[in-house]
Amino acid sequence: MSHPSYSQLTLNGLWKNNPALVQLLGLCPLLAVTASTVNALGLATATLFVLIVSNTAVSLIRNVVSDTIRLPVFVMIIAAAVTITELLMQAFSYELYQILGIFLPLITTNCIILGRADAFARKNPLPAALYDGLIMGLGFGLVLLLLGAIRELLGTGALFADMQLLFGPEAEQWRWQIFAVDYPFLVAILPPGAFLVTGCLIALKNYIDLSLQRGAHAEAELKEVGSKRVRVTGTVS
Amino acid sequence: MKWLASMSLGGAVLALFAAITSLAIGWTYLGTKAQIELAVRRAEAQQLMEIFPRDTHDNELVDDTFVLEAETPLLGLRAERQGYRVRKDQRVVGVILPATARDGYSGDIRALIGVRSDGSIAGVRVVAHKETPGLGDKVDLRKSRWILGFNERSLGNPAISEWTVSKDGGAFDQFTGATVTPRAVTLATRRALEYAELHRADLFEIPGDNP
Repeated sequence: MSHPSYSQLTLNGLWKNNPALVQLLGLCPLLAVTASTVNALGLATATLFVLIVSNTAVSLIRNVVSDTIRLPVFVMIIAAAVTITELLMQAFSYELYQILGIFLPLITTNCIILGRADAFARKNPLPAALYDGLIMGLGFGLVLLLLGAIRELLGTGALFADMQLLFGPEAEQWRWQIFAVDYPFLVAILPPGAFLVTGCLIALKNYIDLSLQRGAHAEAELKEVGSKRVRVTGTVS
Repeated sequence: MKWLASMSLGGAVLALFAAITSLAIGWTYLGTKAQIELAVRRAEAQQLMEIFPRDTHDNELVDDTFVLEAETPLLGLRAERQGYRVRKDQRVVGVILPATARDGYSGDIRALIGVRSDGSIAGVRVVAHKETPGLGDKVDLRKSRWILGFNERSLGNPAISEWTVSKDGGAFDQFTGATVTPRAVTLATRRALEYAELHRADLFEIPGDNP
């Protein structure tokens, strides 16, 4: 594997190989906590932090740890990073910690983290691994935020409610009622809404990709590049 | 004996990483311990005011506490905890009791139960739980208004045999997809009421024993 450039990494993490929309990794927390923007932001930040720490640590030890024991070592690093994040969040944002509940410790089992550690960080030098962690975390986080915002808007007609859980008392004013709802569109907030909105987002992304491709070379045939797993919505390189 | 050497090396590296990660966690734990305790207490103080709002009392609830031993019968506490007295015009008008339900779906459910001096419930709040998000966590007021169904109830209302979820023939609804959690909370509330009844004179400082 040659070392990809930073612009490639950026494009990969945010769009082409987006962990949430293309690789479909970490779906469980993605679907469960995105009922509001503040929850999504909390989990996105926690995941981003863990991803950066684990990518950094894994890249640093990549020449020390042999192949046979690499996975247990990675898991240990990830679990430690998650536990530390959990303690910090408990200390500084206790209410959000309570809302995220089980999904905070479950970051340990988020496949994005182990996936990036094993597929990228252990083969790449520190700066690239760190950057990959940042970008992949952002790619995941942005989708979380988008989902959270769409579902909150559909379900309650407002955006950015309860932001004081993350940003202190002043943020209580940030709540932005866009339209008044007498009967909230409950399904958007319930788990089925998460599936529906995620599905629409994936479809939208694929549609944009397709039209870009059509525009580029008018009638060129779509070629499948790279390997294709069963549960992905595009090609994973 | 090549395999032995490689195995020992692998084991040693694993042990080393276990030590490093444990140290990192331990260090963070010690560093955040005080702050976490503070955060938990502040959250608890806020919930006290929800159960007994400002106008029901004239004392500072967080400071007017009494000790409840660990393993107090009926309350299920695992460690020593505090109860709170609610006073108005020098009289104890209510108490807030901590209770732990050990029969939740995943781990302990910790609740605060506010009991008025006439034996009725002022309010119940779940303060810490690990129940399934979307199902069992509806015992939390932020997720559902279910817990408000205990307000104004007492040991005779409903009758003691109906102090459970409706699936067991009781007066309180469970939620779709979750019976264990509401059952645990309901039974813990009932036991706390029984505790308050049993220690009535002591808890409410009924005159006669006191100067």
